[in-house]
Amino acid sequence: MLNLVLQRLGLGVLTLFAASILIFIGTEILPGDLASAILQNSATPESLAKLRLDLGLDRPAILRFFDWLFGVLHGDFGHSLANGRDVLTEIAPRFANTMFLAAYAAIVAVPLAIGLGLLAAIRQGGVFDRLVNVFTLMTISVPEYFLAYLLIKYVAVDLGWFPSLANVTPETSFIDRLYYAFLPMVTLVLVIVAHMMRMTRASVLSVMASPYIEMAILKGLRKSRIVVRHALPNALAPIISVVALNLAYLIVGVVIVETVFVYPGLGQLMVDEVSKHDVPVVQACGLIFAATFILLNMTADILAILSNPRLRQPR
Amino acid sequence: MRIRGYKVSVTAQIGIVVVVINLFVALFAPLIAPFDQATPVGDAWADPSAQHWLGLDNLGRDILSRLIYGARMSIGLSLVITALSFLIGVISGFAAAVAGGWIDQALSRLVDLLLSMPTLIFAFVILSVLGSALPVLIFTIAILDSTKVFRLARSVAINIVSLEFVEAARLRGEGWWWIVTREVLPNAVPPLTAEFGLRFCFTFLFIAALSFLGLGVQPPNADWGSMVKEYGEMINLGSAAPLYPAGAIAILVIGANFIVDWMLSIHSRGQGEGA
Repeated sequence: MLNLVLQRLGLGVLTLFAASILIFIGTEILPGDLASAILQNSATPESLAKLRLDLGLDRPAILRFFDWLFGVLHGDFGHSLANGRDVLTEIAPRFANTMFLAAYAAIVAVPLAIGLGLLAAIRQGGVFDRLVNVFTLMTISVPEYFLAYLLIKYVAVDLGWFPSLANVTPETSFIDRLYYAFLPMVTLVLVIVAHMMRMTRASVLSVMASPYIEMAILKGLRKSRIVVRHALPNALAPIISVVALNLAYLIVGVVIVETVFVYPGLGQLMVDEVSKHDVPVVQACGLIFAATFILLNMTADILAILSNPRLRQPR
Repeated sequence: MRIRGYKVSVTAQIGIVVVVINLFVALFAPLIAPFDQATPVGDAWADPSAQHWLGLDNLGRDILSRLIYGARMSIGLSLVITALSFLIGVISGFAAAVAGGWIDQALSRLVDLLLSMPTLIFAFVILSVLGSALPVLIFTIAILDSTKVFRLARSVAINIVSLEFVEAARLRGEGWWWIVTREVLPNAVPPLTAEFGLRFCFTFLFIAALSFLGLGVQPPNADWGSMVKEYGEMINLGSAAPLYPAGAIAILVIGANFIVDWMLSIHSRGQGEGA
């Protein structure tokens, strides 16, 4: 089992390296080069030459890639092209805000999804079960901003219960943050809860078909006890991986939710900088998003390995 | 209602109606729209009235007419991108499955590489350099999306290639082109059709999300995503304007998903009978 875990860790590092290559190449494969892409129509030969020198474009791409990667590993993401500020100091507080929002949503969504999924499994085929199915299909289809604007219109504007803008500052207290970020959190929860719930239900039900569950039924145990004590432990591995997958999705969904609620997170920053062609900041944000995504997927796989009773014995 | 002997579920019937109406509106937009999409016809942000069912927007344009024209951009663009991503994905997926060996290895590793990070984030990196011109959007999204088509096409084709009738075709000396077009393709159509629906939904939501973030379709062109962005701030003043285009997006995707869900359920039932 240790071997499997180490293999997965190695693969994770390799994937991360691959992602960093991809992010770097994404800004390299261009007609012309980065400098002319950034300046576009305002380019003069002098300004182009200066920017090329600033960006180090006179050196081969492979050298620049390793320079960039080496810098990143030392916490040096370079400087913003828009305002010349150090990228790391620019993104660090934003990243903290994003993690706060994502964690907030996860803490609410995961127990809710697993609880409702178990309930749907216990009441399989009932009205609640069928409602859950239709509801799931709908929330998977509906874009985040639709849910967000619905919440703003009816909960923030009409009822006035929560603010529609979540523009927190570093001085905002923890309790206020929870309050300001409430509607963004609810939007994210609505988006991810259905999928996790459906998978919890499906994996519990597939375990429910096995003979040892039939044994438990014949022993005359209550349905809820069978589902929670007998079926759930064996259904855990797929549930864990779906939870991690959805948390990884959260990292992307956060981009749109932050934009709707003007929440000062990493996603909102990235969107702003993309339209400004501020490549170093975009690369840094991209790498952080990708790393979080890869890390969560890796954690999911490792937890699945650890929670699989069949892999506990060394072969 | 039945299609090819299969009973069509209620949700799938709703889905078909929704999708057909949307396609109809997109095709015949100039005939249906009550007003021109670009000309102001009254005061900015006028309330809905008998003449203007959804009211007027920030420049006094009829919101309903803009929605109707926006359907063309949103649906047309997504169809073009999905078709292109299928062309790339199916050809390379079948090539990998039929050829095997180093071609398969090279293509599969390339796809693994592209799938190692979230699509939206990678699209941001590319758009930050290339800008958001329509051809850039089409090719970027099509290529990123074709990775998922590749995976499905390859795995479907590998299953088919290992069957006896393909072996027979090989033994009687047919070339790979015959094998792909005459043996593999006809058998791969059902799963690929359902996948087309899924990928269309994904592309449709993806391009709308980019437009909503201001990185997709640029003015003067407008799709439903960019309309949500344009009208977004009005929500704080109690207007429902951004909900109309956002709702239109949601309804079409729900409809399409209902159909896909039904197709997948027939497909899995069909396989169950065969086993």
